[in-house]
Amino acid sequence: MAIIERPSSEVAVVGGASVGVKPSEALGVFKRPAASTSWRDWLVTVDHKKLGIMYGVAAFFFFIVGGVEALLIRLQLIAPNGKVLNADQYNQMFTMHATTMVFLFVMPMAAAFANYFVPLQIGARDVAFPRINAFGFWCFLFGGIFLNSAWFLGGAADGGWFMYAPNSSTLFSPSHGIDFWTMGLQITGIASLTGAINLIVTILNMRAPGMKLMRMPIFTWMVLVVQFLLLFAIPVITVALFLLTFQRSFDATFFDVASGADPLLWQHLFWIFGHPEVYILILPSFGIVSEILPVFSKKPLFGYPIVAMSGAAIGFVGWGVWAHHMFASGLGPVSVTVFSMATMAIAVPTGVKIVNWVMTMWGGKLSFTVPMLFSIALVVQFTIGGLSGVTHAVAPSDTQQTDTYYIVAHFHYVLFGGAIFGLFAGFYYWWPKMFRKQLSEGIGRWNFWLMVVGMNLTFGPMHILGLQGQPRRMQVWTEARAGEGFFNLGFWNRVSSIGSLLLAVGVLLFIINVVYTHKSKKVAIAPLDPWDARTLEWMTDSPPKEHNFDTIPTINNLDEFFHRKYAQDANTHELTQVATAEEVLAEMNAHPDEHIHMPSRSYWPILLALALPIIGYGLIYNRVILAVGAAMVVLTMFGWSMEPSTSPDDDFDPPAPGDGGGHTKELAPLG
Amino acid sequence: MADSAIAHGHDAGHGAHVTSTGLSNNKMAMWMFLGSECLLFGGLISTYMLYKGRVNSGPQPDQIFDIPFTSVSSFVLLMSSLTMVLAVSAAQRKDDRNTNLWLTITALLGATFVGGQVYEFTAFYREGLGFTTSLFGSSFYTLTGFHGVHVTVGIIMLMALVGMISRDRIPGNKAETVELIGLYWHFVDIVWIVIFTLVYLIPT
Repeated sequence: MAIIERPSSEVAVVGGASVGVKPSEALGVFKRPAASTSWRDWLVTVDHKKLGIMYGVAAFFFFIVGGVEALLIRLQLIAPNGKVLNADQYNQMFTMHATTMVFLFVMPMAAAFANYFVPLQIGARDVAFPRINAFGFWCFLFGGIFLNSAWFLGGAADGGWFMYAPNSSTLFSPSHGIDFWTMGLQITGIASLTGAINLIVTILNMRAPGMKLMRMPIFTWMVLVVQFLLLFAIPVITVALFLLTFQRSFDATFFDVASGADPLLWQHLFWIFGHPEVYILILPSFGIVSEILPVFSKKPLFGYPIVAMSGAAIGFVGWGVWAHHMFASGLGPVSVTVFSMATMAIAVPTGVKIVNWVMTMWGGKLSFTVPMLFSIALVVQFTIGGLSGVTHAVAPSDTQQTDTYYIVAHFHYVLFGGAIFGLFAGFYYWWPKMFRKQLSEGIGRWNFWLMVVGMNLTFGPMHILGLQGQPRRMQVWTEARAGEGFFNLGFWNRVSSIGSLLLAVGVLLFIINVVYTHKSKKVAIAPLDPWDARTLEWMTDSPPKEHNFDTIPTINNLDEFFHRKYAQDANTHELTQVATAEEVLAEMNAHPDEHIHMPSRSYWPILLALALPIIGYGLIYNRVILAVGAAMVVLTMFGWSMEPSTSPDDDFDPPAPGDGGGHTKELAPLG
Repeated sequence: MADSAIAHGHDAGHGAHVTSTGLSNNKMAMWMFLGSECLLFGGLISTYMLYKGRVNSGPQPDQIFDIPFTSVSSFVLLMSSLTMVLAVSAAQRKDDRNTNLWLTITALLGATFVGGQVYEFTAFYREGLGFTTSLFGSSFYTLTGFHGVHVTVGIIMLMALVGMISRDRIPGNKAETVELIGLYWHFVDIVWIVIFTLVYLIPT
C-alpha cells in the first residue's frame, strides 16, 4: 500500500478476484507482500482492524480450551470419589485453566477490542506501530500454542497459576510442563509489552484534532491505564520467570530453601505483577460498559471526568496492594496493616465507578438490549465480587479464607461476572460495527440468562463451600466427610457443577448466535448506527474502510458523534435530532482527505514471532535448536529494521471501495 | 481539512508527521520501553540485594570484588556516554563521517567494558564463585549478566547503525535513529551506575 489518492465513493469497482500487484522492491530482503484477498493476507497484514479480529478469534478459541478444562474440573467434583481426572491431571487442569483464561483469553480479548476500537475512537487511521502490532499478535498466538503444546509433550504445568516456589522446582515438578509455562508466558509477555508501548503512543500521539485527553471515550481511557499497568507489570513477571527458568534449567538456587533461599521472593515478584494484572483484566471491561450504559440509557455518562480519574486512581493504587495475596505467609503486623489499609482504599475508586454507572442509568430511557443486559449484569455481579473482595482486605478474615473456595468464588465473580460479562457486552454492542450484522437479540437473551444463572449457580455455592473450609484445588471429596444439612459440601459441589454446565450451554448459544447471524438469510444488514451511539467509532462505515475515515474529523465535544446528530435547545435543554448517522457520514465524506498514507504489509512480524517458540523448544530440548532460533531473531530484526514502514513507491491506484464486506480492498496497478 | 492528514503519523518512515504531543512516536516509544526496563532491573537488583549475604560455603562479595579494576571498566563505560553524545551531535549536523566515527568509538568502549566483565567473571569463577555456588553467586551473575547482555545488544545496534549509515539504508530520520539508540545506551550506563554502587561499593 502506498498512497491512496482519493478514497471511495467515486472510484470504479475493480471486480472479481484479487488483482496482482507488483510491489516495488523494498529496502528489505523480501519483496513487500502485496495486498490480496487470499488467506495469506492475514499472515502479513498490519491493519489494526484485521489484527483485532485475529486477536478475538484466537482468544475465543483459548476461551473454549480453558472452558473445557474448567468443565473437567467440575465433572471431577460433581460426585464423591471423582474418577474423571487423577491427581496429577487435576493439578495440570486447574493450572492451565487459570493460565489460559487469564493470559490467553481475557488479556488478548481486551487487546482485540483495544486494537480494533482505540484508533477508531480517537480518530486515527491505524496504530502508531502497525508492524509491532502484528508482531504482538503473533507472539500471543505462538506463545499460547507453545504453552499448550506441553499437553502433548509429557504434561502441562502443574504448580497452580501463581506457581509458588519451591513447589515449582524440578524436585516437585519433574516434567517439562513448568518450563513450557515459563517460556510461554515470556513470549506472550513480549506481546503484552509491545502492545502496551504501541497503544500508549497511539493514544497519546495520534488523536484527531480537538480530541483532548478529556474528550476521549472512556474505553480508550481505560485502555490507556491498562497499557501503563502492563508496561510496568510485565517486566516484573519477566524477572520472576527468568529466575525460575535459571533454577530449573541451569541449577541456580533462587527458590531452593535448602540453600538458604527465601520462598517469599517469588511470591513478592509474582504478586507485584499479579495484582496490577487483576486490574489489567477488569479495566477494559469497565471501559466497555462505560460506553454501553450511556448509549442505552440515552444519557451521557454520569461524571465522565470522575470515571476516567477513578480508573487512573485504580491504576496507581493497584501497585500498592500486592501483599494482600500473602497475608497468610507471615509478613509481620506492619506490612499486613499497610496492605490491608491500601486494599480497602482501592475499593473507593471502584465504588465510585459503580455509583457513576448507576447514576448514568438513573432517570434514563433504558432499553434492555443484550449488550445493556450484560453491562447491568457486570455492575451487579462485580459488586458482589467486590464486596467479598473487601472481606479479604480484612487480614484476620482473609487468613481464615486463604486457599479456600471462598477465594475461588470471589475471583470468579469479579473475573467472570466482571471481566467476561463486559467482553460479552462488547461482542453484542460492537458486532454490527465490525461485521455489519447485528447478533440475534432473541438468541442473545437466552445466551445472557443462561450465563447469568449458570454463573451464579457455579460460583455462588463456592462461598459456602469455602467458608466451610473446602480447600481450593481439592481433587476429591468423600461423602463421609461432606457434612450434613445446609452445609453438606456434596450438595453444593453438585449445584456448582450443574451450574457450570448451564454456563457452558450459555457460551455455546453465543457461538450458535454468531453462526446463525452470518449464515441465515433472514438476518438483514444492520443499519449504520443501530444503537444511536455516541462515540467516534460509529462515525464511519461498518465495517470501517482500511483507512478508517475518509476525513479525519475535528473534535469539538465529548461524545462527538452524538453532538453531530443532536442539538440542544439552550433554554429547555431538550435534544432534537438534527442529522441521521448517514447524513453525518455523508457530510464528512464530502471532502475526503487526499494522500492518505497507510502502512504496508510485512513478512517480518510473523517471522520474528515464529523464532521465539523455537528458542523455547531449544531451551527445553536441544541447544542447537536454541541457536537456530536465536539466529532467526537476529536476522529477522535486521530485515525488519531495514524495511521502511511504508513502501516508498507510489505505484498504486486508489483502492476500489470493494463490496463493503470484510474483505481487503483490491488494488489495481497504475500501469 | 488541511491539517487533518498530518494527525496520523505511523512507524519510522515519516518523521515529519505532527503528533498530538509534539514528541515523535519513535521517541515516545523508546521512553516507554526504558520505563519498562527500569522495573526489569528493579526486580533483578532487589533479588541481588536480598541474596547478597547468602554465600553458603562460597566466597563473600568483598573477598572477590576487585574494586579498582571494576572502577576502571565503569569509567570506560561512562566515557562511552560522552562519545555517544558526540555521535548524536554529529548526526544532527548531518555529518555522517563523524557520526560513524563516534558510534564506532562508543561501541569499542562498550566492548572494552564487556571484555572487562568477561575477565572479571572468569576471575571470580577461578576463585570459587560459580553460578550455582550460592544465592549470592546466582543473583550476582544474573544481575550483572543481564546488564552485560544489554550492553552487548547496544554494541550490536551501534555497529548495525554504522553499517546502515555508511550504506545509506536507514529508513526515516537518521538523526533521530541515532538519538534513540543513544537514549538506550545512556539508560544502560545509568543502570550500571546504580549496580556499581549497590553491588560493588556498598559493603555487605
